[in-house]
Amino acid sequence: MTFSLYLFFAGHNAPGGGFIGGLMTSAAIVLLLIAYDVKTVKNILPVNYLKMTAVGLLIAVMTGVGSFLFGVPFLTHTFGHFHLPVLGETELATAVLFDLGVYLVVIGVTMTIIQTIGETE
Amino acid sequence: MNNFIILPVILPLITGILLVFFTKQIKVQKWISSLASLVTIVIAIALVQRVYENGIQTLELGSWKAPFGIVLVADMYSSLLVLTTNIIVFACLLFAFRSIELERERYFFYPGVMFLLTGVSGAFLTGDIFNLFVFFEVMLMASYFLIVHGNTKIQLRESIKYILVNVISSALFVISVAFLYAVTGTLNMADLSARVSEFGQSGILSVISILFLIVFGLKGAIFPLYFWLPGSYQAPPSAITALFGALLTKVGVYSITRIFTLIFVHDPTFTHGIIAWLSALTIIAGVIGAIAYSDIRKIIIYNIITAVGVILFGVASFNEAGIEGSVYYLIHDMLIKGTLFLIVGAIIVITGTSDLRKMGGLIKNHPSLGWMLFISAAALAGVPPLSGFVGKLKIIQGGFQNGEYVIAMVVLLSSLLVLYSVMKIFMNGFWREQVLSKEEEKGSTKGLLFPIAFLLSLSILYGFGIEMVSPYVSQAAETLLDPSIYIEAVLKE
Repeated sequence: MTFSLYLFFAGHNAPGGGFIGGLMTSAAIVLLLIAYDVKTVKNILPVNYLKMTAVGLLIAVMTGVGSFLFGVPFLTHTFGHFHLPVLGETELATAVLFDLGVYLVVIGVTMTIIQTIGETE
Repeated sequence: MNNFIILPVILPLITGILLVFFTKQIKVQKWISSLASLVTIVIAIALVQRVYENGIQTLELGSWKAPFGIVLVADMYSSLLVLTTNIIVFACLLFAFRSIELERERYFFYPGVMFLLTGVSGAFLTGDIFNLFVFFEVMLMASYFLIVHGNTKIQLRESIKYILVNVISSALFVISVAFLYAVTGTLNMADLSARVSEFGQSGILSVISILFLIVFGLKGAIFPLYFWLPGSYQAPPSAITALFGALLTKVGVYSITRIFTLIFVHDPTFTHGIIAWLSALTIIAGVIGAIAYSDIRKIIIYNIITAVGVILFGVASFNEAGIEGSVYYLIHDMLIKGTLFLIVGAIIVITGTSDLRKMGGLIKNHPSLGWMLFISAAALAGVPPLSGFVGKLKIIQGGFQNGEYVIAMVVLLSSLLVLYSVMKIFMNGFWREQVLSKEEEKGSTKGLLFPIAFLLSLSILYGFGIEMVSPYVSQAAETLLDPSIYIEAVLKE
């Protein structure tokens, strides 16, 4: 799970990114599914994966729409330096938000597929 | 600032996503989807007007310059098609409100329609050949979902065929794009066109162009690649078939038109000659199917194939009259096929069957539906004051100018047989002695007639107001005939 987060954040300067990060996270959940059963995992992670997919899509689209506000073409990405309380001076790009959307969609889709197939008799 | 162009793509997408959150509240779903579709119609009208006043509109996504980033290009042809698409989706939504069962509505029906609209609008507006592929896939995924949605036995069987054919054709699409990229080194359509004309269309490029013809022919159902269509389009409910019949094959036709008017224009005797003969065979296959069946859905489905042939013949003649005719006819055909499928859907709701031999005398209780079918049949065949006339006239004129007399005669004769096939529905279904009395009918047409009347009146307006439409269409044809206008607008040299 931690490795998948590392992959997700390393995407800009190294191999990795939202897609592979999301797949690794769902692989971690699949390991849980193999170790326990569908019900137990649902109790541990009470997530509606369909909604998660929709939220991810929405985030990805909205980072594009956000560029409307600044009067630049759709999906123009930018970055800025923010002073965050924990991390100090950090460089954040809006491309990360887009990747976050991809990450959520990938987890949502993979888990929906696996859960629905797993639950049908 | 040109973010305006992306609105017809992005609005249905956002709507579709939002609808996922309200799967169980069907009222909310209906309101959001119909409102969004109305707003998109208004935006599409504004887009057409904007292109008309200021020429081709482009949007470089992510501010990357033209050949390197993805460009969205709205020329008159694509914006007219986006407008027609949105009108048809609106009518089909209204029809679906009354005709789709609750059980289906609860399982993501409206999001599916919205994603389909996203894919179709995106395919019309993109200026990048790989992006075209992606939008094709968006559209196809949504259509796979809609075709199997409700999982009846026939839908399962037909969706397997449909998916299989489309997966193969998509793979071919990727291979063709790979070939083209290897030869030219670019994916942007304007840049492709410029490079192809720079090097001249060598043998390998003609081969690639035929590969693209096969790919889009599979999507757009031309002879001999139409075999999957009659079965697949018969499976889903009427509202979905109307969407498919009016939109999906037309995206294939649009892509053929775009590719063979923008990129592969340097060896027309070879490529366009092949298209002309294939379109003649497509017309023949279509009319044979249309007169052979006594299943009302099958009749209309084979009429799609005929129309695809007619439009492509206009493109193949590649002169002013032919191209203008194909634009007129494409818009007319989208409207009228939507109308016809909805009428057929309403008849099936009333009688509970699609077999022509089991119905009769519907005119007694449903006079308005009957006369609407009569008018749309006349429009489909191209009776003068109605919408199908100008398009066909110009297509035939274009054919004669090129000396392709045989194929032009095929187009003329096909109108007769098309008229016969639809009149067969009218004569057998609405006249003769009555089969079902008022009480025996299987369902009511309450609310179903309005979307039909809406589409039909638009199509009649289109026929009578052809003078008003013609400056728009001639601008579209001008851009299609002269690729340099397109190239300059995109590459801004």
